[in-house]
Amino acid sequence: MYRKQIVVSIFLLASLLLSACAGAATTTEPPAATSAGAEQAGGGKLEVFSWWTSGGEAAALDALFNTFKTYNPTAEIINATIAGGGGSNARAVLQTRLAGGDPPDTWQVHPGYELLGQYVASGYVDPITDLYKSEGWDKVMPAGLVEQMTKDGQIYGVLAGVHRGNGLWYNKKVLDEQGITIGETLSIDEFLGIANQLIAADITPLCVGDNGVWASAQLFENTLLGVIGPDKYKGLWDGSVSFDSAEVKQAMETYGNMLDYQNSDHSALSWDQAIQKLMEGTCVFSSMGDWAYGEFVKAQKKDNEDFGWVSHPGTAGSFMVVADGFVMAKNAPNKDNNTLWLKAIGSKEGQEAFNPLKGSIPARTDVDRAKFGPYHNWSMDSFAKDTLVPTVVHGSAAPADFQQALNDAVTTFIVDKNVDAFAAALVKAAQASGFAK
Amino acid sequence: MSTSELVKTQKDASTVSPPRSKRPWLSERLQSFLLLLPSFIATGIFVYGFISFTIYISLSNWRTLVRDMSLRQPLLANYADLFAMPRWQADLRNTVVFTIFFMGISLGVGLGLAILLDRKLFAGTVLRNVFLFPYALSFVVCGVAWRWIFNPEAGVNILFNLLGINPLLAAVGVGPLQPGWATDPTILLKVNDALALIWPAAGKLQVQFGVPVAMIPVAIAASWQLSGFVMAMYIGGMATIPEEVREAARIDGATEWQVYRRVLIPMLAPVTISLAVLLLHTSLKIFDLVYTMTGTGPGFATDVPAIFVFEMMFKATRYNLASAGAIFMLIAVGVVIIPYLTSSLRKG
Repeated sequence: MYRKQIVVSIFLLASLLLSACAGAATTTEPPAATSAGAEQAGGGKLEVFSWWTSGGEAAALDALFNTFKTYNPTAEIINATIAGGGGSNARAVLQTRLAGGDPPDTWQVHPGYELLGQYVASGYVDPITDLYKSEGWDKVMPAGLVEQMTKDGQIYGVLAGVHRGNGLWYNKKVLDEQGITIGETLSIDEFLGIANQLIAADITPLCVGDNGVWASAQLFENTLLGVIGPDKYKGLWDGSVSFDSAEVKQAMETYGNMLDYQNSDHSALSWDQAIQKLMEGTCVFSSMGDWAYGEFVKAQKKDNEDFGWVSHPGTAGSFMVVADGFVMAKNAPNKDNNTLWLKAIGSKEGQEAFNPLKGSIPARTDVDRAKFGPYHNWSMDSFAKDTLVPTVVHGSAAPADFQQALNDAVTTFIVDKNVDAFAAALVKAAQASGFAK
Repeated sequence: MSTSELVKTQKDASTVSPPRSKRPWLSERLQSFLLLLPSFIATGIFVYGFISFTIYISLSNWRTLVRDMSLRQPLLANYADLFAMPRWQADLRNTVVFTIFFMGISLGVGLGLAILLDRKLFAGTVLRNVFLFPYALSFVVCGVAWRWIFNPEAGVNILFNLLGINPLLAAVGVGPLQPGWATDPTILLKVNDALALIWPAAGKLQVQFGVPVAMIPVAIAASWQLSGFVMAMYIGGMATIPEEVREAARIDGATEWQVYRRVLIPMLAPVTISLAVLLLHTSLKIFDLVYTMTGTGPGFATDVPAIFVFEMMFKATRYNLASAGAIFMLIAVGVVIIPYLTSSLRKG
């Protein structure tokens, strides 16, 4: 009698334990069984991992899903999005899933280091070079961009759109009231002059929302590019320019000066709340990539009437590429649907549907420009003729540990304004990360 | 009944007992062992196994997404790196400051509320529940709510204007009361110079030790959430003190204040110790409240070890450094918990 009870209870315990494990596994693991028959019959599943959750971003992602549905109308799309600007939370989840052997079919990725150093080097993605040939992408995608996704002659991703990171957005109405006009370009001295003028009129010049830190790091990155220029800026990432060189320290000084003009509650706000303040007119400028454009559109503000834009001071002639691409996961559960998904992203229809909603410009150069507004056309012009530079804040210039070290150094610098300590911290981090001597 | 008869009945009784006791493989000892085995295995793997794994990683070279399990030389280099980091030094400072404020406020307010309710002023049951409600909220909810309350351009600063505090201050010629709360990077009571006099190595510290004012709003939010719990524990403790003790004290001529000060509070010492241990390990491990309320704060004024570990692990992919931080946290919590457990187990 006892024995029976014991056996039963052990059995129950064991099954409980097993079902707990199985339960955990099924919640995270996309079912893999459907992939075999998917190519002939259509249908099947596709899991897309991204951090596009805000209004404009989600709408743009939907537009891509609709394009994909023209390729496979019956497929079930699993939209695995994780909220959080810049993808910082999403990447944490993705890394856990990859390390646990449970990859989504495809995920959002920034080209450059993030793709090549992080996912390609560790063998988590398969090349899609043949798609570039069969779809003719090799003719319509700029070589400079494709190069950022190429390793040993193999291409590992396709770009949905390209953001310009070095934008300076402003509230045009407030500037008009003060009798200030912004020209085609803006130098750092001009910017500081205007900022002083605004301070004199008791207006906060600069809107920053850095409760996620990266917005401040981006302000630094843009200022760095503006002071040292694109060539030396690129040199930082191959080790030919050091972070404690005189020019970089000069850039740090300038950045420190700019901080005096920012809103006092910056560390309590997120980047989009800072843009909100800009629209309300409680501050005037914000240095932000053109995903900010989506916020203006959402608030029904008019280009060149309510708000305006210019390159971040000193950065005219450079285009900081913050591109969004997708990959083919190694051992993707639904490889055939994912191939169709990548084709949809690279297609002209997909790019034309996605980008106007997202605020970015297409990675293809053969799209119909009439479908895009004045900002996009301005950005496309810049993309065609300016020097393309990578971004560290969005992962394409340097490894993740350097990215974190930069965020940490900026957090400290905002308070202590110690240029030497800032430079020393970055030198040390660059050495530890392995891209500087 | 004679002795022999007694022995005989005992023998009879023993033969009545189930025959399976003769099977050695199902003895009492084995039964309990088998029943406990699954949880032993699970705990062994998922707690101690993974702790050992984390210790190993904290000594390894694993610092990118590609796993590298080779040991780093010298062996404790990751720990040396950790303690040389200004951010980690700031985290240690913040943890100490947070712990002092958080424990001081929650124990003080909790005890105060318990005494007020003990006086049976009015609406005792309702108030007891009201005070306990915050404890039912998650730290994340609490953090988001208090983030707005302490926003320097909204929240409580507006209240200062509405309540007429700022107009009043302006009338006496003092500037308006507009604290920056969690956005204020100021460090009060800077101790580095004083510390360097008695401990020369302190001169090498890369952050200013003192009281980061931004930590105070965070400690207030955390105390708001846990004071009700402290109160409930104290009310429970007071209920176990017999009424006779109070009466005896009053007959001896103690005032009501003295009854609490000299009799009840000393008798609540075991409750206070348990609470101190519970609050201390909560404050050493705190993550969600701080992460949602202030994040790392200006100049790491509100950063805590758990946020450091999370960011180094999942954002910077510096698995070895993050593991070193996690192991340090484990040791810190162990230093608090183990003496308490051993002393209470010995008593039990």
